[in-house]
Amino acid sequence: MSTLWIILTGALVASTCGIVGCFLVLRRMAMIGDAISHSVLPGIVIAFLISGSRDSLFMLLGAAVLGLVTVFLIQLFHQSGVQSDASIGVVFTALFAVGVVLVSMYTKHIDLDLDCVLYGEIAYVPWNTIQLAGIDIGPKAVWGVGLALLLTILLISVFYKQFKLCSFDPALAAAVGIPVALFHYLLMGLVSVSTVASFESVGAILVVGMLVVPPAAAYLLTERLSRMIVYSVVIGCFSSVLGYYAAHLLDASIAGCMISVAGVIFLLALLFSPGHGIVFRKWNRRQQLSS
Amino acid sequence: MPVHPLTIQNMTVAYEKKPVLRDISFQVPEGKLIGIVGPNGAGKSTLIKAALELIPKLSGDAAIYGKPYAEQRKLVGYVPQRESVDWDFPTNALDVVAMGRYGHLGWFKRPGGVEKKLAMACLAKVGMSEFAGRQISQLSGGQQQRIFLARALAQDAKLYFMDEPFVGVDAATEKAIITLLNELKMQGKTVLVVHHDLATVQEYFDWLMLLNVELIAFGPTEQTFTADKLQQAYGGKLTMLDRDGQSALITSGR
Repeated sequence: MSTLWIILTGALVASTCGIVGCFLVLRRMAMIGDAISHSVLPGIVIAFLISGSRDSLFMLLGAAVLGLVTVFLIQLFHQSGVQSDASIGVVFTALFAVGVVLVSMYTKHIDLDLDCVLYGEIAYVPWNTIQLAGIDIGPKAVWGVGLALLLTILLISVFYKQFKLCSFDPALAAAVGIPVALFHYLLMGLVSVSTVASFESVGAILVVGMLVVPPAAAYLLTERLSRMIVYSVVIGCFSSVLGYYAAHLLDASIAGCMISVAGVIFLLALLFSPGHGIVFRKWNRRQQLSS
Repeated sequence: MPVHPLTIQNMTVAYEKKPVLRDISFQVPEGKLIGIVGPNGAGKSTLIKAALELIPKLSGDAAIYGKPYAEQRKLVGYVPQRESVDWDFPTNALDVVAMGRYGHLGWFKRPGGVEKKLAMACLAKVGMSEFAGRQISQLSGGQQQRIFLARALAQDAKLYFMDEPFVGVDAATEKAIITLLNELKMQGKTVLVVHHDLATVQEYFDWLMLLNVELIAFGPTEQTFTADKLQQAYGGKLTMLDRDGQSALITSGR
């Protein structure tokens, strides 16, 4: 049973991240997930200080708010003339540092284990269950990430044309009356929620990896946005399944194996994709030269 | 009194305190093909973007058929500069043209068969039917520009803004575009085109706007395209213009 829960959690994370990750990759904002996963720390600490409990709902809220603040600050700095990669770097390292300071000042005597908060371990998912009316209804992570996935699918499918046009041609989107800023923050909100919902239980590496690697591989394999999203989800889920068994075989980190598998798939796509692949392009060129 | 397609009153636009457009006022007559020319940094694109409320104005007003742009979006078609988008985006030509309909669909309606059919018709008008399924990065610069034009046609507007549609296109495409713009004019539509090639101004446009931060001149081409007004708009840069645009200037004297 625990095998199933772990693979299911991995697949849910992969699906959520795979969907929003496609839009991030297309907007050249792939590292924003990495930024959010670090800069939420002060939010978690502040939520803990206010509520006085380690109840994950409060921490989740605090983290989600800080996720949006991160995105807002990055946007603000970028608009005031800082390069986008520099503003991402500045915002998340500074906020993470503030978080570290807060932890060292206020939570010295309380067990707020950073490793636990920031870098959860997917292997422990099956034992962290929630109870409803005394009945065990399964791991907390499955419910949390599952809800994030539902929200993502709902919003992206209802507003698909808006998200697409805002990513491709924001000027036209604004001209035809689509509120570009709203959809930008909606997307960033989704990234924030899926990142926060996922990393507490499965670890930051898995989240950040799943946000970037499967979408980047899917980008190489198709020339339609809708298919790119589907491929990205499929690659992510496949990586979770294969990664789990690889970890079992090697007796190694599960999250690490899952992302490694995704990385191998990306490499294969880079080499052998029919449209963008290096091998195919070389072969094509040789064919053209000889003819 | 007929309502003008576009009325701009005392408009000033600034980037970080430096004015890019200063106190611009004009009224665009209906059914004309209008060129907007001026040196680099004259604020040509800025004028379009400010009229479409894509960038904030410092002061002044813009009205489309007598009302604010926000109420008249469906009457306006927009062709941004070709380089403004990522042509590696995973989508095909037909899909890009269909995006011209998104504004008419409202919040929740999805593009479907009707939009596809209309997009196909617009692709046919720019001579790109056979490229409908082609991934957009595999199109040439001229073909990409035609796709953008087809998308504007799909917007089915009465007033069109086009930002440098002739940049980086081949001669055949340039000819196809200007033919199409003249067709739009015949249908009583108004087209404003940011242009950079003074040699073709007289051939292409029946009205002309000379812009250099301030509005230098605006009127029928034969009255606006004169040596002293061009001198005024281009200033010291006209030496280069004299060499390149001699034939154009001579013909204007005839």
